[in-house]
Amino acid sequence: MNNMPLSFFSTGEKGTVENILGGEKVSKRLYEMGFNKGTEVKVMKNDAGPIIVSLSGYKIALGRGLAQKILINKQ
Amino acid sequence: MNTIALVGNPNSGKTTLFNALTGTNQHVGNWPGVTVEKKEGTLNFKGKKYNIVDLPGTYSLGAYSEDEVVARDFIMKDDPDIVINVVDATNIERNLYLTTQLLEMGTKVIIALNMMDEAKEKNISIDIKKLSKELGVPVIATVASKKNGIDDLIKEAIDFMGREKTSQNKIDYGKDIDLEINRLKEVIENSNLNTGYPAEWVAIKLLEGDEYISKIIDKNILNIAQESSDTIAVAAMEPELIIVDKRYEFIGNIVNKAVKKPKEEVITKSDKIDKVLTHKWFGLPIFALIMLAVYQLTFAIGEDILQEGLNAGMEALTEAIEGFLINVNAPELLTAFITDGILGGVGAVVEFVPLIMVLYLLLGILEDSGYMARAAYVMDRIMRSVGLHGKTFISMLVGVGCNVPGIMATRTLDSKKDRMIAILINPFISCGARLPIYLVFISAFFPKHKALILFSIYAFGFLVAIIMGKIFSKTLFEGESSYFVMELPPYRVPTLKGTLLNMWDKVSSFLKRAGTVIFAVVTVLWILSVLPYGVEPYSEASILGKIGSFIAPIFKPAGFGTWQASVGLFAGIVAKEAVVATLGMVYAGVEEGAKLISAVQGAFTPLSAISFMAMTLLYTPCAAVIGTVKRETNSTKWATFTALYTFAIGWIVSVLIFQIGRLFGLS
Repeated sequence: MNNMPLSFFSTGEKGTVENILGGEKVSKRLYEMGFNKGTEVKVMKNDAGPIIVSLSGYKIALGRGLAQKILINKQ
Repeated sequence: MNTIALVGNPNSGKTTLFNALTGTNQHVGNWPGVTVEKKEGTLNFKGKKYNIVDLPGTYSLGAYSEDEVVARDFIMKDDPDIVINVVDATNIERNLYLTTQLLEMGTKVIIALNMMDEAKEKNISIDIKKLSKELGVPVIATVASKKNGIDDLIKEAIDFMGREKTSQNKIDYGKDIDLEINRLKEVIENSNLNTGYPAEWVAIKLLEGDEYISKIIDKNILNIAQESSDTIAVAAMEPELIIVDKRYEFIGNIVNKAVKKPKEEVITKSDKIDKVLTHKWFGLPIFALIMLAVYQLTFAIGEDILQEGLNAGMEALTEAIEGFLINVNAPELLTAFITDGILGGVGAVVEFVPLIMVLYLLLGILEDSGYMARAAYVMDRIMRSVGLHGKTFISMLVGVGCNVPGIMATRTLDSKKDRMIAILINPFISCGARLPIYLVFISAFFPKHKALILFSIYAFGFLVAIIMGKIFSKTLFEGESSYFVMELPPYRVPTLKGTLLNMWDKVSSFLKRAGTVIFAVVTVLWILSVLPYGVEPYSEASILGKIGSFIAPIFKPAGFGTWQASVGLFAGIVAKEAVVATLGMVYAGVEEGAKLISAVQGAFTPLSAISFMAMTLLYTPCAAVIGTVKRETNSTKWATFTALYTFAIGWIVSVLIFQIGRLFGLS
């Protein structure tokens, strides 16, 4: 399996959401904001500060701690 | 009157649609019992009136935040005749999540599929008929910003009010969950508990672990729900995650049938702009430059163009009123009260309306264009490096308008620690009411560097707030910071109407305060300034003068130990606008006919002016803010602490400025 935390992805890399680790409240919130299983995630920016990802065209900034908890299947 | 409620995700164009439906027939209030903003308006259509309620923008109708509870309670308990669900067509999967929850609630709902123009640009094609059939609800394509499809939407909404709801599609949660939903539903129906919500919905919410419902439900039922959850968890996984998954599955099926999207995502203009504006090195300097430009423009347009006209008008008005009062032989005391008290005091505040208008117009444009979210993103790094949450910065930006909503905006912070810190440091962010104070002193002493000084004052307020935040996070509070998630909406050209309405909100509340609170403060201060009877008005011998003289020694080391300045600061604790109003009254009174600015030039030096501005920036916030701190922290202790520690910081900083300045030979 090619699963990696989102925080390890570089700018421009893509993958699909595999799993979200961590508390139920956080996982559910992320699900509801669109990080449900199988969704394609593209990393728009990952240098300093929060990571910006694009979920089918709309952008979300995520803190690094949170990005650590989202497992992505790399394409 | 029939009621139409608007519900939708943040950034779905809900507010734009609300503006398109209601125009200027709208007012903002509060939902009872909570501090969530309630927007209502009236739609006139074919001679009939409809009440439009704009519910808070949410991703979901769970119990994650107060906004969500407000929205779902309105839909379920206030029974609007119809709910319009605004769905962003460019982002349909996530937006339909909220729709599935509306379907679960059995709401009579119609979908406004908004931003169809942007969807077209992105080559997304949506089969509206199919979408409507699959969901079982009417769907109307709209472009709220260009007013396309609005009439069709209104017609369909009104028409649907009179029709029965057709069978809406239901979500299939799978056997494991359905079994438990039915079991719980029966238990709830057989109990004599009346929650005001349908039993089946309560059953789903219990399995979802909804905190709000869990609190209002009977203990026995809660235990049974826990058993159900455990049964499901053993058979599959956590029921709440399955439920969310099933909702997305339901959406996925519909989207597969009705929506065609290009395989390769196009790089949009927003992406290109973001490359620059959120750049690792350039992001922050660009933000600083933009803010500096905002203040520069505020002066260029607000003062040089608009204010001159207003001032001429005010002077003519004052003269006309004074002339009239003398002509009709009005009592001298009344003439003095109206010209010196009201026109001198309240007038000094009203004079700044043009500047406030321009500043909020520009800030509104930044907000509506989507830039403010980027500003928060860029600032997150700095905030984080001192142990603050990135969203703290958003509450600070709101505080630039007024600290009351600024403190209320801290509700989006999940951890108690982050939230307490954000509340305590918000008063250092300079609000609109403090603006007139700086404007008077800047015009009096630093006419050549207006924008730079004003920018520095705001930046200094942020700096003090951040430093205090760092100190608090190290000393007063323990615990973890919460996570940072924030949507970055695509850049958009703000609509003229939305921007103007937004500005009018701010200006009208400023004027309202000038007419009520400030008027009352000025009246009281004026009375104190002419008593005891026979004393020279506005002099040191008046009661007001004596109060001021009593406080004044405290401020001597800061360079403004005059009774007038002291009275001004004293009045500022009631409302910050009152500082200028009071100075206008006491100085205009002392030097008959003299303008406030020239009077200030005589009473202060450049150094004591800076020290005084620092004091007004930092010292005790107005009564409304202290009240909000008390309400939001639910503690008199923290409210008192806020009032006292800000005063101490303000005093220390202004004394330091004055004393160090003098050491360097400044005056």
